[in-house]
Amino acid sequence: MSITKTIGTAHRVLNQLRHDHRTLALIILIPCILLIIFRFVFQNQQPMFQAIAPQFLGIFPLIIMFIVTSVAMLRERRSGTLDRLMTMPMSKTDFVFGYMLAFSFLALIQVVLACVVLLGFLDVPVAGSTVQVIVAALGAALLGTALGLFVSAFASSEFQAVQFMPAFVLPQLLLCGLFAPRTAMAQPLQWLANVLPMTYSVDAMKQTTQQVDWTGDFIRDIAIVGGFAIGVLALGALTIRRQE
Amino acid sequence: MAKNHPEAAMSIKNLVVAKAGKDILRGISLHVGSGRVIGLLGPSGAGKTTLIRTIVGRQKPTSGTIAVMGRPAGSATLRKHIGYMTQGIAAYPDLTVAENLRYFATMTDTPRQRIEEVLAEVHMQAKAQQLVSTLSGGEQSRLSLGIALLAKAPFLVLDEPTVGVDPLLRQQLWELFSKLARSGTTLVISSHVMDEAERCDELVLIRDGQILAHETPQELKQRTGSRTVEESFLKLVKQS
Repeated sequence: MSITKTIGTAHRVLNQLRHDHRTLALIILIPCILLIIFRFVFQNQQPMFQAIAPQFLGIFPLIIMFIVTSVAMLRERRSGTLDRLMTMPMSKTDFVFGYMLAFSFLALIQVVLACVVLLGFLDVPVAGSTVQVIVAALGAALLGTALGLFVSAFASSEFQAVQFMPAFVLPQLLLCGLFAPRTAMAQPLQWLANVLPMTYSVDAMKQTTQQVDWTGDFIRDIAIVGGFAIGVLALGALTIRRQE
Repeated sequence: MAKNHPEAAMSIKNLVVAKAGKDILRGISLHVGSGRVIGLLGPSGAGKTTLIRTIVGRQKPTSGTIAVMGRPAGSATLRKHIGYMTQGIAAYPDLTVAENLRYFATMTDTPRQRIEEVLAEVHMQAKAQQLVSTLSGGEQSRLSLGIALLAKAPFLVLDEPTVGVDPLLRQQLWELFSKLARSGTTLVISSHVMDEAERCDELVLIRDGQILAHETPQELKQRTGSRTVEESFLKLVKQS
């Protein structure tokens, strides 16, 4: 592994996005706009909004990074650039970590801006520190990147890659406890929810709204999300083959 | 058959590559000396690209052996010594020419100052700041060639490097290839443009995953009593 090549790859991925203003604007602004819309959906139910809104920060980065990564990776595989890179003295770790680094940086901007809107303009009180919110959101972003990287190996067209979003991410969204408390779900769904990573990402966000400090539960949630992300990232790296 | 050079740049023995149960390469044996320009010719679907992908280590041989500069194809140490131009463009369309070259320079441990030289070699200085997606087909393939030239690798594998390039520039690129060969670089160049074949030191004609002929263009034309390589090739195909 080489730090220069990892950072070089991250720099290249961000450069690509820098040239693509529209994608960049969508990534950064969509969460903020959705949060504002959401605020007025709960026009007369401010406490309800305050309880739920932060949990969205555990979901947006995951979904957006999932889509961006899976399409970006599919392009690498199909355009021949990955083919070329794999004949060069570069390790797969450099490649995968480069992507992870780039999208984590992007997620950081996305989340900081969403936090400014959420905590600053929409007056949502968060018991924990802003740092906790950012840590939890970065975990979600990492998870989205890892899942996107992994599923891109199974897509042979952009259509398929985009369809993996409802296939892989929407079930997690339904079961993560945002729409109905997990304890109220049918037992098999509870078991399923317990093994799906988004559950822990959303749970970590919920912790920040309720607990003042870095509780054991919060750290456990973050550890699960992080562990899951690294595991899936390793699987994703395995799908990149040097030789066919 | 072409002379066997003492220091073989590439040595292939009984190479078979099967994909999805179908034999794409059916027992290829080939020895190539260093500092030569080897033209790989054959109709599309003959197995040229599969052979090239095996040489650069992307395709695993089903049986047989293939060594490049004394090491088995695909070994990690070879990655520093092989320059590969894929058939597609294999560059990032949403980056500029210079950004692409900078990135691939970092990945191949190539010093930055080499980028200017490469831009000159492929006549792309004026386009350095242009986005790749806005380049013409010929310009894109020159960039792709430039990326393969970055590391000054002693072994170059170029899959159809002159597609879409205008005749004048094509001639300049072939002069560059000859110059590289004179300085000791071995070049394996695939093409389906037969008039380019005249410029190679050795020709390898492939058809249906097998080698039909391996000799110099002059030998080939003499042996088949033809005026052009294209004519020789057609005669050989009819005979087989």
